Amino acid sequence: MESIQDLLSDYEFLAERASADCPSVLCPAEKYLEFAADLRDKHGFDMLVDLTAIDWEHDLPRFMVVAHFLSTTKHSYLRVSVKCEDDNSPEIPSLATLYPAADWHERECYDMFGIKFSGHPDLKRILMWEDYPYYPLRKEFPLAGIETPLPAADIADVTGVEAEPAPMMGGPFVAPPQGVVSESEPRAKDESWTEIDPKPTKGGNT
Amino acid sequence: MTQKTEISLGDVASRAAEAENEIRTERMALNVGPSHPTTHGVLRLLMELDGDTITKCEPVIGYLHRGDEKIAENMTYNQFVPFTDRLDYLAPLANNVAYAIAVERLADITIPERCQALRVLICELARISSHLLGLGVFGMDAGAWTPFMYTFTEREKLYDLFEKLTGARFTTSYTRIGGVARDVPEGWLGEVKQFCNELPKTLEDVSNLLTRNRIFFDRTQGIGTISKEDALAFGLTGANLRASGIDLDLRKDKPYSGYEQYDFDVPVGTSGDCYDRYIVRMEEIYQSLRICHQVIDKFPSGPWYAEDAKKIYAPTKDKILTSMEELIQNFMIVTEGPQIPEGEVYFEAENPKGALGFFVVSKGGGVPYRLKIRAPSFCSLSILEKLAPGHMMTDITVILGSLDFVMGECDR
Repeated sequence: MESIQDLLSDYEFLAERASADCPSVLCPAEKYLEFAADLRDKHGFDMLVDLTAIDWEHDLPRFMVVAHFLSTTKHSYLRVSVKCEDDNSPEIPSLATLYPAADWHERECYDMFGIKFSGHPDLKRILMWEDYPYYPLRKEFPLAGIETPLPAADIADVTGVEAEPAPMMGGPFVAPPQGVVSESEPRAKDESWTEIDPKPTKGGNT
Repeated sequence: MTQKTEISLGDVASRAAEAENEIRTERMALNVGPSHPTTHGVLRLLMELDGDTITKCEPVIGYLHRGDEKIAENMTYNQFVPFTDRLDYLAPLANNVAYAIAVERLADITIPERCQALRVLICELARISSHLLGLGVFGMDAGAWTPFMYTFTEREKLYDLFEKLTGARFTTSYTRIGGVARDVPEGWLGEVKQFCNELPKTLEDVSNLLTRNRIFFDRTQGIGTISKEDALAFGLTGANLRASGIDLDLRKDKPYSGYEQYDFDVPVGTSGDCYDRYIVRMEEIYQSLRICHQVIDKFPSGPWYAEDAKKIYAPTKDKILTSMEELIQNFMIVTEGPQIPEGEVYFEAENPKGALGFFVVSKGGGVPYRLKIRAPSFCSLSILEKLAPGHMMTDITVILGSLDFVMGECDR
């Protein structure tokens, strides 16, 4: 198995990233396609298992695309991260021509984060509907959702119904990303009894 | 005198060639789903037909999207366990285990042998239960109703076993970060053993009905053939990949939870058609049974959760109620979540539907910063656009059945 040191010395533009498991490298966006092609053809990483993005919120640049490659012969994983330089309209090259698996993964990434993949054959939303106006996995998008018109505009016109936000925020079993969990959890308050008027028991008060 | 014309059912290529020579009819758009028995959930297919031949097929997904990844960013690690049940809801135990191992790798904690063995056992039982349903439904998609009745009965027995172990038939939520929710109940292993001894009889019955069945041959052989190259390119995993002739099983190649101790074979197909996917799944059940027997025969004793992971696994109830330190420990884990160090980890487990991956990014604390679920069904479905054209409309049921996907996992 090739070590990460070999990769780093062969490709000088790579930088190593901290990882708790498989080797992880950071690749500049302009070398991304070239490097991915080499991974497939020269290093035996024949499968793109996963492609996703992370929204770092305050750490700039904000968006980072993370792809995981697997070599089915050497049985090793490699994590390749690419930073999207422009925070307002993030864009990186698409892997869909090299790895057809990237097609749907990149569509999902676009759908959830609004990252554009240049050269993608058909970049459109995949899990949300086509006219959906937001990118739900961006950190500023609230967990409760935002009211949006129904996907079927003609039905909305007739019924006047809007898609309601999910009643999650402030509900049970929701912990805030920061701070103490107990502060966000509502407790059921039983007002049917007090110290003066004790709680009714099964056999009645005696 | 009437003239007889022989209609050959031939392979896909010759069928497509024949379609070329036939008189072109007007293309028809056909919408299947999102709620249709063939689609095994809420999958919608936008198809274009030329007579009975599919010329274009575009899967539309997302009807079961619940935003699990967003939800994960807003709750502690243990609170997310019930959400993993609802990914591949035909094998919740296997999802629980995959998620727990991913987070444990990030926290770098060692899991005791007993817990590892138990996890292997429940993973394999989940695989058997998922494949039993998968095979039965696949038979039904191809027009054979009886096998479904047999396999469903067996799956029901498994669900009784799951209920005894976890308290729930379907939504098991059995694992915790650092262990499992509770130890094995008394006598449970014996019941599993008995089930494993009895199952091959039913499998034989099912096999007698399907494996050498002429009609089943005609419906499945040469249909939905996925080449090695395509399987790799589209990121297919699990039985779908192995049926195409690629020997990749993460239990063997990247062993986790002590899979390396067990002796089992990895069935690999040759042609990658629907029939091969059926055969591979059938054989996988037998191999899972082999693993189950081995686990039960040398089931280790000792602790069933990581006792030294003080900030991650809440102690047992008797300790919480009798000792101050453990009470505080429990309180901290419940209110602030298991404390996972900063870092990134990607872990894939060999689930019944394929490789279920979790990419966990932590900034420390009890809540993941980002959690990505790599769903095998998502990748299995992405090949449909390439696979379906050239087939008959009726073949689409068989192809969908053979891919064995679950929309809960695909849409997340």
